[in-house]
Amino acid sequence: MINFQYLRTSSKKSALALLLKDKNAKFIAGGTNLIDLMKRGVSAPEKLIDINHVPLKQIELVGDKIIIGALASNTAVAENELIKEKLPLLAMALNAGASAQLRNVATVGGNMMQRTRCGYFYDTEMPCNKRKPGSGCGAIGGFNRMHAIFATSDNCIAVHPSDMCVALAALDAVVVLAGPKAERKILFKDFHRLAGDTPQLDNNLKADEMIIRLEIPLNNLTVNAHYLKVRDRASYAFALVSVAAGLEISNHKITDVRLAMGGVAHKPWRLTASENFLRGKEATIENFEQAAKLAMTGAKGFGENDFKLQMAPNTIIEALTIAKSKA
Amino acid sequence: MQSSDKESNQGDTRRDFLKKSSLITAVALTPSVALKAAENQVDERFAELFEKIPLNLTVNNKAYKTSIEPRVTLLDYLREELHLTGTKKGCDHGQCGACTVHVDGERVNSCLSLAVMNEGKKITTIEGLANGEELHPMQAAFIKHDGFQCGYCTPGQIMSAVACVKEGHTNSRAEISEYMSGNICRCGAYPNIVDAIVEVSKGGNKA
Repeated sequence: MINFQYLRTSSKKSALALLLKDKNAKFIAGGTNLIDLMKRGVSAPEKLIDINHVPLKQIELVGDKIIIGALASNTAVAENELIKEKLPLLAMALNAGASAQLRNVATVGGNMMQRTRCGYFYDTEMPCNKRKPGSGCGAIGGFNRMHAIFATSDNCIAVHPSDMCVALAALDAVVVLAGPKAERKILFKDFHRLAGDTPQLDNNLKADEMIIRLEIPLNNLTVNAHYLKVRDRASYAFALVSVAAGLEISNHKITDVRLAMGGVAHKPWRLTASENFLRGKEATIENFEQAAKLAMTGAKGFGENDFKLQMAPNTIIEALTIAKSKA
Repeated sequence: MQSSDKESNQGDTRRDFLKKSSLITAVALTPSVALKAAENQVDERFAELFEKIPLNLTVNNKAYKTSIEPRVTLLDYLREELHLTGTKKGCDHGQCGACTVHVDGERVNSCLSLAVMNEGKKITTIEGLANGEELHPMQAAFIKHDGFQCGYCTPGQIMSAVACVKEGHTNSRAEISEYMSGNICRCGAYPNIVDAIVEVSKGGNKA
């Protein structure tokens, strides 16, 4: 690992001031992705600002929103009684990700900031437009079994690997960002980016900003919710396809529905057209099948990942079926 | 070779730098001063002189005070500086769990934690589990149930298993497997590892 300067601060204000001073500085929280990238030579910040002591670990109900501090650990959120009761989809998604050891240190903000990536991004001997813009994409025409099927670009077909973020996209979370002058809010579904012509950018966080908290509106998706993750082994593996499904059913009709997918795009993939189709309809297998079919509009395989074109709709139907069956 | 030449040529200067830098680092760690330093750009002047920064932590109930390069992981610090080689380096990328230790009572991968991020924390390694010659119940259970073959993953498995019991994720064999999935065993001793954990979780002697 290339050495770097290390600073530690316990105030948000000083963290932002330190960041502003140095373009080559990065925040470090849990470090489970950043240290890994630094060991591989993929990332080489000149300065690390340790923000673990900044007081942003709150998990609380304020009015009709649940507030989660950016530095709350994945375990702290997943094991929190309020989260388990009010946002079970989030707890399920968190527990489907990484391992117990990683979840103990990985933070909510860090989970959002983990790189959208694939094996070519990690291998510094290979071309990768995300790591080195203009060098090409190794995955297109290469090993692309894990890769995206939606909204891909000629520059990059990597997927965002987070499970937590899929649930947050489904739950209409809002991200609160602090800059040197003011705070701003951005919808979670707009936080991450598609690859487009700027595959080096994973999200819309500005260079002088930090994530400070999430605000998640309360909902009635507390019973009929399920996070279904399909992967190569039963635990501790990235998703091939995952689906966050939440239903509110009243008098046999779907009154609210949320659907988002992971493992299929450069960002957490919200299935708005499928939701619109299901809202107001009965929760039947036929309607689930139709919603899954709608979700696949525009999907495209790259050879090794063609199986996802069938696995994705199957996973949507299964996730909705399991969600409906809960009582 | 090059770096040791540099060291001898610039030894005095480096020592001088270290004195200054440790002073400034200590100061920079105080939040209000850090802010002031940032505003006045004081830290910038000295930051480029940093090589090692002070670190205080407790390992297996023994306090350590040292200064260390920021890039040293907790794993390398434990093994190379403290010679506590029970904690193993497997993949060194957080994928295998061989490096699992407890930080303030919680299991973490020591390969993905910088030593300097553990300032003031209490670390427990496999060497700190036994009470003198008396094995921790989980160590005894691993022996009884043959929870290993080659033994390389075992320290990490045991540290993770002790945490798994403490967390209460032992309600079924499936739950144990799920919450032990961050520890890989190439020999495939998984069923016996789960047997050991089931026994300790039911045994009452959880230490």
